[in-house]
Amino acid sequence: MSDFPASWQFRSPKVRLALWFGWLCLVALFVWCWQVMNENTIWMFVQDAPKQAADIGGRMWPPRWSYLGELMVPLWDTLNMATLGTLLGVILAVPVAFMAARNTSPFPLILRPIALFIIVASRSINSLIWALLLVAILGPGLLAGIIAIGLRSIGFIGKLLYEGIEETDIRQVEAITATGASQAQVLNYAIVPQILPAFWGITVFRWDINIRESAILGLVGAGGLGLKLQNSLNTLAWPQVTLILLVILATVVLSEWVSAKVRSAII
Amino acid sequence: MTTYPTTWRRPPQIFTHRGWRIALQLGALAYLVFAIGTLEVNWTRITEGGERGMRFIMGFLSPDFSSRWRDISQGLIESLTMTLTSTVVGVAISIPIGIGAARNVAPRWIYAICRSIIAISRALQEIIVAIFFVAMFGFGPFAGFLTLSFATIGFISKLLAEDIEDIDEAQAEAIRATGASWGQLINYAIQPQVMPRLIGLSLYRLDINFRESAVIGIVGAGGIGATLNTAIDRYEYDSAGAILLMIIALVMVAEYSSSYLRKFLQ
Repeated sequence: MSDFPASWQFRSPKVRLALWFGWLCLVALFVWCWQVMNENTIWMFVQDAPKQAADIGGRMWPPRWSYLGELMVPLWDTLNMATLGTLLGVILAVPVAFMAARNTSPFPLILRPIALFIIVASRSINSLIWALLLVAILGPGLLAGIIAIGLRSIGFIGKLLYEGIEETDIRQVEAITATGASQAQVLNYAIVPQILPAFWGITVFRWDINIRESAILGLVGAGGLGLKLQNSLNTLAWPQVTLILLVILATVVLSEWVSAKVRSAII
Repeated sequence: MTTYPTTWRRPPQIFTHRGWRIALQLGALAYLVFAIGTLEVNWTRITEGGERGMRFIMGFLSPDFSSRWRDISQGLIESLTMTLTSTVVGVAISIPIGIGAARNVAPRWIYAICRSIIAISRALQEIIVAIFFVAMFGFGPFAGFLTLSFATIGFISKLLAEDIEDIDEAQAEAIRATGASWGQLINYAIQPQVMPRLIGLSLYRLDINFRESAVIGIVGAGGIGATLNTAIDRYEYDSAGAILLMIIALVMVAEYSSSYLRKFLQ
């Protein structure tokens, strides 16, 4: 007779031991990181935080509604920055996506790694950092913001678009090729119609993200609502900060709604 | 006999009505002209910037890791420790909120509370949250840690809640039929089904948190972003190039290892 354990257990003792060891390592790593991170933390400030929060909260309310008139031009700038930046990103991302896709890349051996590197580099640097650099180079203003948004969008649009291109139905490509179409005609009549809905969906999605990002790019000098936010923060004008945050929140909610509507209409 | 057109025209895909299409195109064109018209571009400043741009590109091509190495390594250590601690704490807080926000296991009022916590955390941007936490808790990585934990809660809880709502009900039914309590139901029916995905999401968030930790330093929340901001403000483009290259490299390593680990776990 074989001896079964009296009570059922999910894992064998060895696996359980290994799991516990893994968790122990994670906890040890966490504690160590916590200590390294908080070496220079001034705990007095941390203890003081609830009082500070109450203080700031008290200063922030009520929002200064009369400031709303001054915010209209920055709001328009922010929307333009997002839209024109998305446009720039799309224009730059489409060729990159076609170069990165395995089935459409003209010279896959050379161009594909380059295109993939462009996508990764653009994705790993946040648009705020792009803006920081471009403001230093081009001077403060909307143009730096637009280029920053555009550069950051390349990676996002390029990645999603090239994955879309790689997933296209091969039979339609074969059908068009069988009519004796040239390479460009195959792209135009077989690939483009298949990815067009995905393309619009991705573009609108990125536009929505770009509105969020362009609202804060002004913090580093790239114009729009962020610039007003920075000015109000620097002059400790907390009621204005509240109002700007409310405007940003409203814009973000609205753009998210538009983008959700458009995407559900397309796809 | 019907006459067919001699050439084929591609049918429109999105707007089938011709008037709408023309109106949309005209509207887009008008907007574009107007928007570019309101752009104020200071061309003299931009041409002056060309020389600086070249210097930056040169700095990027010949990065200087050594002269500011102490600041860079300090920033990196802050960023990395901040990333790990905030992900761990954020995920730990997200689990109860995620369970509470799943419609199939939580009562109505808890569901409403948890969903509103998620909505708040997702609506506020990291940078804006960081500004407030810096004002409250002082400069340094502790404010950054709080910001990233806060952002992690919205992300993980939402995806975890959706995952719990998508589980195979048959298994939950089977556990319920044995007379299990609510805690046992979570432990034996839900947890085994969502655990692989939760680990995958946590690794993904670790990756995102590192990227974000490079940004929130700009408003004073510690980490490599603060070092980068200083380097750019001082026009030390070779150090800035070195920092950017390190961020790209680390993000790439994080992305590939997290996607590899996720594939391995699932």
